[in-house]
Amino acid sequence: METFKLEDARSWINAAALLIAENARMLTELDTAIGDGDHGENMMRGFKAVEKKLQTGGPPTDLPGLFKLVGMALLSSVGGAAGPLYGGFFLAMSKACAGKQTLNKTELEQVLAEGLADIQRRGKAELRDKTMVDALAPALQAFRTFPDGDLAGALMAAAEQARCSAEATIPLQARKGRASYLAERSIGHQDPGATSAWLLLQALASVSNATA
Amino acid sequence: MPELVHTGVMKKLINSPQDVVREELEGMEAAHGDRLRINYDPVYIVRKDAPIKGKVGLVSGGGSGHEPMHGGYVGKGMLDAACPGQVFTSPTPDQMYEASKAVNGGAGILHIVKNYTGDVMNFDLAKEMLQADGVAVESVLTDDDVAVENSLYTAGRRGVGLTVLMEKLLGAAAEQRISLAEIKKLGDFIRNSGRSMGMALTACTVPHAGNPSFELPEDEIELGIGIHGEPGRRRVKLASADEITEMLMDAIVSDLPFKKGDDVLLFVNGMGGTPLIELYIIYRKAAQIAKQRGLNIVRNLVGTYITSLEMAGTSITLLKMNDQLCKLWDAPVDTPGLRWS
Repeated sequence: METFKLEDARSWINAAALLIAENARMLTELDTAIGDGDHGENMMRGFKAVEKKLQTGGPPTDLPGLFKLVGMALLSSVGGAAGPLYGGFFLAMSKACAGKQTLNKTELEQVLAEGLADIQRRGKAELRDKTMVDALAPALQAFRTFPDGDLAGALMAAAEQARCSAEATIPLQARKGRASYLAERSIGHQDPGATSAWLLLQALASVSNATA
Repeated sequence: MPELVHTGVMKKLINSPQDVVREELEGMEAAHGDRLRINYDPVYIVRKDAPIKGKVGLVSGGGSGHEPMHGGYVGKGMLDAACPGQVFTSPTPDQMYEASKAVNGGAGILHIVKNYTGDVMNFDLAKEMLQADGVAVESVLTDDDVAVENSLYTAGRRGVGLTVLMEKLLGAAAEQRISLAEIKKLGDFIRNSGRSMGMALTACTVPHAGNPSFELPEDEIELGIGIHGEPGRRRVKLASADEITEMLMDAIVSDLPFKKGDDVLLFVNGMGGTPLIELYIIYRKAAQIAKQRGLNIVRNLVGTYITSLEMAGTSITLLKMNDQLCKLWDAPVDTPGLRWS
């Protein structure tokens, strides 16, 4: 895999929808422990809305168009905090790749960085607040530092880092989102948002793996 | 102590978890169609006579499961529109945007937003979309829950019982055709004048989750509960109604603080699964404590107004009152959930 193309992005979204559906129960259980028990259901509804939009509307013909469709569908279907955060993530990525048909590693890194920046701007979360940022920021760092050009390897490194970082939210005390109301009782549970963020990156890596 | 084992059996008067919100709205339409209109795509509940020319449009919304809030408070003297999300999940910006457009009578729109991460973000997006269309829009936050102690390390205090009072008082003010800027100012004043705290005897079960939101041993209660089945601040041994009322009132009164000689509205609310007979036992003690502390209860509200599905428990809200707020409280209101003339 040398560059990231429209069909890769489509496969990413399909893989993400599948992974989210398979793990919806787990996400909801994690959210029941420290949130309000709906993250899996909400994410699944979101990706179903994305699939429906892809099937009914004219299919997007470029990367920005696809990311915009995904962002708008998530924004108007997920609700909660995850809706604006993941919706905004894809909308920011759409803006960041305006005019581009393909992305090389450096360009994809910039596009993902814009997505993460939007999540941080909207959610105002810092590292170690026990949120999706805890999975996304280290993953992006792993992607960035992976030896030049190797897109597939970098995406797999990012997914692996996201998995470890999501697990590393277990000992943290939540300082943002609904889990923060629990104060020290939020310690000892993996953050559901960091976990769904890992699933999205895992889906992205699976695409690069399949087409490597 | 061994963990309780889930049986996976959920006893609820529903047909299927994914139809809960839609079927509830269809029922509301059937019952209150004379005064409300329901829009299904995107979902919002709106006054049948909206938009009302020259009146600020009041729009609120939030996850479902808190009934009668917010949909039950749509009507004359209260909200113009409400946007219900899925159970305990914030609604989406397109709902808020369309609902706001539907009630825009030319005097602007006020969003009443409970301080939860999701609600705030979604209403912010809706606000941006409306402003891009040239609609004047302001928002008022409620964050009255004293159980959330340190806002530096949390998402900030939650909006709970005060939201009901806010919707009533601002609804009355809007009927008097006061301007958007004045309503916003009044809303901020009310926000800073009220405090609440709640407790739970039992957890509640979100329909699509199928299991209780937390496990509470037979002899324990959850203090500082929110309205989403999220566990509270701390767990204590079951105590008498009087002792529980003291714990809640102490936290509320010392927080604002409410001082000797203050006029207050005392609101005792049921969380959904608590009978009125118990709420009056709580009110009895809360009124005694208010008297001991020199607070004058000039208005009150007792009943089930902001809930957490079938959770058993109560919340107490105190709001500092003045002549203007008393007049607004007494003004006629005609909604499914609150009605007097």
